[in-house]
Amino acid sequence: MVKEKTKLICIDCPVGCEINVTYDGETVLEVDGNKCKKGINYAETEIVDPKRMIVTTVRVVKGLHTLVPVRSTEAIPKNKIFKVLDKLCKIELDAPVEIHQVVLSNAAGTGVDIIASRSLPAMME
Amino acid sequence: MIEKYCDVAVIGSGPAGLAAAIAAKKAGAQDVIIIERDTELGGILLQCIHNGFGIEIFEEDLTGPEYANRFIVQAKDAGVKDLLDTMVLDLTPRREIYAFNKRDGMIKLDTGAVVLTMGCRERPSGALAIPGYRPAGIYTAGTAQRLVNIEGYMPGERFVILGSGDIGMIMARRLTFEGAKVERMIEILPYISGLKRNYVQCLLDYDIPLQLKHTVIDIKGRDRVEAVVSAQVDENWKPIPGTEDTIPCDTLLLSVGLIPENELSKKAGVELDPLTGGPYVDDTMQTNVPGIFAAGNVVHVYDVVDWVTKAGFVAGQHSGKYAIQHKKESERKLRVIAGNNVHHVLPQFLDPQNLEKEPQELQLRVKWPVEDRVWVKVEVDGKLIKQQVEKYVRPSEMIKVILSPEVHKKAVGGRELLIKVEER
Ligand SMILES: Cc1cc2nc3c(=O)[nH]c(=O)nc-3n(C[C@H](O)[C@H](O)[C@H](O)COP(=O)(O)OP(=O)(O)OC[C@H]3O[C@@H](n4cnc5c(N)ncnc54)[C@H](O)[C@@H]3O)c2cc1C
Repeated sequence: MVKEKTKLICIDCPVGCEINVTYDGETVLEVDGNKCKKGINYAETEIVDPKRMIVTTVRVVKGLHTLVPVRSTEAIPKNKIFKVLDKLCKIELDAPVEIHQVVLSNAAGTGVDIIASRSLPAMME
Repeated sequence: MIEKYCDVAVIGSGPAGLAAAIAAKKAGAQDVIIIERDTELGGILLQCIHNGFGIEIFEEDLTGPEYANRFIVQAKDAGVKDLLDTMVLDLTPRREIYAFNKRDGMIKLDTGAVVLTMGCRERPSGALAIPGYRPAGIYTAGTAQRLVNIEGYMPGERFVILGSGDIGMIMARRLTFEGAKVERMIEILPYISGLKRNYVQCLLDYDIPLQLKHTVIDIKGRDRVEAVVSAQVDENWKPIPGTEDTIPCDTLLLSVGLIPENELSKKAGVELDPLTGGPYVDDTMQTNVPGIFAAGNVVHVYDVVDWVTKAGFVAGQHSGKYAIQHKKESERKLRVIAGNNVHHVLPQFLDPQNLEKEPQELQLRVKWPVEDRVWVKVEVDGKLIKQQVEKYVRPSEMIKVILSPEVHKKAVGGRELLIKVEER
């Protein structure tokens, strides 16, 4: 067995616990330094398949603003972030946009949708 | 000029203002209005498109616009009114608001209570001790955030960010997403000043170099930024000679702190605490000026928005109560008006309830002298309730009129008490 140790900072909440993880390949053996159980989950995914929420904007035609903010419905694998961003920068929505309207479904094959995080009315004439 | 009355006026529609307006309504205030200079409700949250908001209040991880939306919906449901695209220009100690917009022009708003929720502004570049020219390409991180997230305009291609606050770190990731290169983040302190989670997910994730104990000592370029020069600092924050490093870039972002926005508060006579830069408040969030309350970043800079909302609820609830009490009193009170040959009269308001208990004295001065006997007459809504004779009247000599409790019945329920001087 090849035990490895690493230090992580949990990003699940503003506290930002510094956690020590002992793992072997993809198996987490020991987690300490976390103040709550979210830290354990975080350490496990961070070792195996780190994931992040995506927040960015998408262009809108004839909206109150030229952009609408969007987010992923859940965290996506870190190595897919730029693929998803690439897809999103080619999208152009028509106003009006509804809050939580799906902007891109199953983004880059992750199974996660990208949704609008606000409504955007059409531009006033 | 349009003149209006409202029970509670809230200045600024960020999370503090929205919460205050909702709570004022819940406390029973009827006419609650939010005045906002932007074209939409929500304040700075609208440009904070990242997640991390609302974990305490909703136990959910929301983006800024989603968090704002929850309260915008609540405010609308509660019947809160808004006046958008409207800048408040002046506020008096008597809670009169002067505001301006393109539709209505100048607006005067008399209020029962006011809640100050104007938020904060960023420390500008002028506050930095960096010598040399001020070429184009220097922005505060918040201004850049607005440009990139709302206006859809990229202010540059190669960035250096001075200061490791949350807005700066979040912008580092945001700019990377938009295809820009963030060359470096420079922080004078030996530790980052924002949250650790942002250090991980905004800097580490994208290999953006961070230099602690460093500062910017020079900006190169005359018309546009061409490079910034960084240097290490000693314990006294003095640059250490020989550590200079020239970093080519076209844009410098400053993320060097926020200051409560209190220009208006000062006009109203609100006293500010030099430590926070915000008003002194009591446990109801009332300032030293009666009926003027304050909440959110205008009071002191918060790091978690949920706490801003909670402060807004407290201020709003008490402003609502204050306005209701004020309305009851002022509905009961008579407005005292100077009539013929009366220059002014005190008090300007009279509470019939006090007249019932004991005699009340009015003090007045005439406008011009009459060296003959005159009548001094007191009327309530046109009905005479008292008259007395003066042998003569002169502007230099104050005149007293005592109203006795017997006239209380004639005064109660009235709106105006007029006092005039007539020749016989
Ligand atoms: C650029 C920036 C980015 C931030 N990013 C984050 C973040 O990512 N996460 C976080 O937790 N916190 C962030 N903050 C802190 C954030 O400000 C608070 O969490 C919260 O939004 C403050 O709420 P507020 O209601 O006090 O003020 P604000 O949200 O700033 O609202 C104040 C409102 O008052 C209006 N106003 C001001 N003066 C007048 C006037 N004279 N007349 C009419 N309207 C007026 C303004 O237009 C604005 O809409 C940020 C702050 C700034 C300045």
